[in-house]
Amino acid sequence: MFDELLLTVLLTSVPLILAATGELVVERSGVLNLGVEGMMLMGAVAAFGAASLSGNPYIGIVGGGLAGMAVAGVFALFVLGLATNQVATGLALTIFGTGLSGLIGAPLVGQAIDGLPSMTLPLLSDIPLIGVFFQLDIMAYLSILIVALTSIFLMRSRAGLILRSVGINHDSAHALGYNVLQVRFFAILFGGFMAGLGGAYLPLVLTPHWAEGMTAGRGWIALALVVFASWQPWRVSIGAVLFGGVTIMQLAGQARGWTIPAQFLSMMPYLATIVVLVTISGRGRNVFGAPMHLGKRFFMTR
Amino acid sequence: MNKIAVFLGVALIAIIGAFFLFQDEKEVMTAGKSDKLKVGFVYLTNPGDHGWTYAHEVGRQQLQKHFGNKIETTFVENVPEGPDAARVIRDLVAQDNKVIFTTSFGYMEPTLKVAKEYPDVMFDHITGYKRAPNMATGNIRFYEGRYVQGVVAGLTTKSNTIGYLGAFPIPEVIQGINSFARGLRSVNKEASIKVVWVNSWYDPVKESDAAKVLIAEGADVLAQHTDSPAMLQTAEKAGVKGFGQSSDMHEFAPKAQLFSSVNNWGPYYISQVQKVLDGKWSTGDGPDHWAGNTWKGIGDDFLVLTEFKNMPASVAEKAETVRAGIAAGTLNIFEGPMKDNQGNMVLDAGKVLDDGGLWGMNYYVEGVEGSIPN
Amino acid sequence: MFILKPRKSVPLSLTLLVPVVAIALTLLMGGLIFGFLGYNPVEALYEFFVAPLSRPDQIGNLLVKACPLIIIGTGLVFCYRANVWNIGAEGQLVLGAMGAGWLALSFPDAQSPLFIFAMSVAAMVAGGLWGAIPALLKIRFRTNEILVSLMLTYVAALLLDWIVRGPWRDPMSFGFPLTKTYPDAGLIPALILPGIGRLGQLHWGVVFAFIIAACGWFYLARMLSGYQIKLMGDAPRAGRFAGFSQSYNTMAVLVISGALAGLAGMIEVSANIGQLQPNVSFGYGFTAIIVAFLARLNPLAVIVAGLVVALAELGGDTAQISMGIPKVVTGIFKGILLFMLLAGETLTRYELVRVVRIKAHQTPAQQEES
Repeated sequence: MFDELLLTVLLTSVPLILAATGELVVERSGVLNLGVEGMMLMGAVAAFGAASLSGNPYIGIVGGGLAGMAVAGVFALFVLGLATNQVATGLALTIFGTGLSGLIGAPLVGQAIDGLPSMTLPLLSDIPLIGVFFQLDIMAYLSILIVALTSIFLMRSRAGLILRSVGINHDSAHALGYNVLQVRFFAILFGGFMAGLGGAYLPLVLTPHWAEGMTAGRGWIALALVVFASWQPWRVSIGAVLFGGVTIMQLAGQARGWTIPAQFLSMMPYLATIVVLVTISGRGRNVFGAPMHLGKRFFMTR
Repeated sequence: MNKIAVFLGVALIAIIGAFFLFQDEKEVMTAGKSDKLKVGFVYLTNPGDHGWTYAHEVGRQQLQKHFGNKIETTFVENVPEGPDAARVIRDLVAQDNKVIFTTSFGYMEPTLKVAKEYPDVMFDHITGYKRAPNMATGNIRFYEGRYVQGVVAGLTTKSNTIGYLGAFPIPEVIQGINSFARGLRSVNKEASIKVVWVNSWYDPVKESDAAKVLIAEGADVLAQHTDSPAMLQTAEKAGVKGFGQSSDMHEFAPKAQLFSSVNNWGPYYISQVQKVLDGKWSTGDGPDHWAGNTWKGIGDDFLVLTEFKNMPASVAEKAETVRAGIAAGTLNIFEGPMKDNQGNMVLDAGKVLDDGGLWGMNYYVEGVEGSIPN
Repeated sequence: MFILKPRKSVPLSLTLLVPVVAIALTLLMGGLIFGFLGYNPVEALYEFFVAPLSRPDQIGNLLVKACPLIIIGTGLVFCYRANVWNIGAEGQLVLGAMGAGWLALSFPDAQSPLFIFAMSVAAMVAGGLWGAIPALLKIRFRTNEILVSLMLTYVAALLLDWIVRGPWRDPMSFGFPLTKTYPDAGLIPALILPGIGRLGQLHWGVVFAFIIAACGWFYLARMLSGYQIKLMGDAPRAGRFAGFSQSYNTMAVLVISGALAGLAGMIEVSANIGQLQPNVSFGYGFTAIIVAFLARLNPLAVIVAGLVVALAELGGDTAQISMGIPKVVTGIFKGILLFMLLAGETLTRYELVRVVRIKAHQTPAQQEES
């Protein structure tokens, strides 16, 4: 019983892990992309459409990622090419993505697809409790791999160091001769691809449907999650399970007769994020390696 | 820069020009005004939901087919329950619709508001309880189908735990849960129902989350009072059984759907429009209370049960007997003695709950776990 | 390659041209997207932007849709001029609706014609306080106001959701998440135009929206403290030398915009709904951001911008009725419009200058990269 509940929590956290890991890299490079919700919706509708047309959910994965990356490319064009305000551009992306996914998805409403099969690993999945970690699907396994790779990339590789330094101070990075715009461009594309994958997970695994606005705020939770994790990849995966657990526990709590209003449970991710923001901002020193130039515009002056 | 400006200018002029061209065309198209009766429908979601709205869409198509060239029907989908609804209803009036069906409880206040402004337009609100001289209400005895579901669930479950997805804790849904529980307990004294509220009529992601949670909590038969097929799909994947809602959902869950209670709105729409065409429209023939002017169920084919599948023949036979009993009026679902789930007697032996009592249900009967949220 | 070089002066023609070109480009690109997806683009544009205005009552509805956008947009102009990024107007709106709702539900027998003004004050206090939270955290802990105000939006929405399902739910609502309806004194009456009568859903709140925008303009353009806001936004160091306080400024603009968003929430409920329900706004707080940008941070222009954006919103309904496309599709136009405006802003402030890249200037690190 508990196993199955834990499995449901894990599945719910996968889209959050995917989207938040992408956004984490973007923010580490100093760009705040508030378009996660829009990119996830584009990923969801593209994944559903691709899977429905081709009859193959694996094509849906690719389609979702690419759709997220495509709209992220538009975002990059504006915030990097034209140095537009990142906050407003990100919002524009969310509004645009919500609208476009609704238009693309209008003929898809009511159709159903075959979702991704779960890939149960023999032996390992029989271990009590821990076993559920080996009853997931390919995207869930990939998400853990991506978190690991992202962590290694950011913390251990030279390219990751450059990316972080661009986020901490783009003027110094520029003065050192790094191509700020190029670094950010790739970071944004990666973020879009990941958000697209996160969106794709909804129709491919969680519920094999397209419904307008089906991400239902998961993009915003992913944004909160990045801050909650204070820009550390592994903390994103832990936070995602916590935030996903909150969603599931309000439903399980009802079945078990808990009396705490579901709304207060739903508030937790947002309140926790504010608390984390206050804690890390109040220190004065940048102990967490937070991207200090997050959201600031960069102009080529030379 | 200048070239771009010129290009843009030309493009803008082209667009504006196209507008006017198109506008002319529009006028020509609507110039030959017909004297057909125009009937408008307001839908909560897209008819592709395969649930509540889909059933209304089927009813609209039956209506159109029945009257053919005499009427013209239109619908507006995805209309949120709130201030926008009033504007959409007014729009339909402005487009000369003389009969307007608003097909969700949440349209009650907006429909009433607009009905007062346009006394010569007939409004029909589905599932509400407020009326006006030109605003009738229609409803289906959904709970009758749920009793049959309860019987089938009681004979099917092995874990004796039934999962039930509710949208909102309103009387219509409470009636359904209690009716289900009466059916369940009539054949299986051990089984009980766990209820999870989704707080939405249509939210596939949340519905499937809730279904997963209920399965994790031990449920092996699922029922829903929400609109999407997501719960049944989840059941299909998890290898448990479930009941469809509002329309036949077996194509989404060929192995999981036991049967579905289908809302059959066609007859109601046809009779209401016929009355308008005859110039005899009235707010209906039922009593003027909560239940609505028209409130009919299995006996009048307002509620139709699909084929009983994925169950042993003996269970299907029993289900058919119960269905026939309800249709014939020989089986009373809420007949005393009836206790609430705290053990208090709410209906003495020999008594039958009347319609007013049905709408006043603010308790769960025996067989339902927990309490109604307040 | 190109770089962006600040312009020495911005010609007025460019300032006026940007919104016009942005709108034209939005129509063009929106039409292309519709055409690409197999819809008739001309019909789509017609349904979105012409059909909504084909009847006089729709003019009234347009004004009603624009009302919250104008009020919130005016508040946001204060913030954005001060370079304070409040994106939580949606949450402040919700709090305002709750503040006014608390008063209306506490005094079901209210009769006084002044009651509606008391509700306005309650709404502004509640919205202003909600806006003060990110300001306080920014001043005290240097937290990012963008993230805090965004998070608080969701907290506010959940708070309203809880309160209308729980403590404030009308016992006679038969389980539906609705409060009691407000007393008549708590409702905003329809505006009866002399000689015309009722025009759609036109109500008195619209008049106040115009007044608020005009007052906002007067304050920012003609008052010293209005100048202070702009100065602190453009040149905080110069502002500090002039003796202005950055903290005070941040707090002031967030409270002002919060209060105005709260007022918009109260008007939306009192004029159109008459009771609290889980959803009182349909994203007005976010849409108003587009309005503020379209108006180029000028409160008078906010009126025009509010009407333009409201037209797209209204068009969403019309297109939904006649073409059967979901309402969210309006977002395509709103999103592109915001994109275009942002690009336009950059191109007014900066000019694209072509520079020749000299390889020798590249540092070793850069060569390694490429």
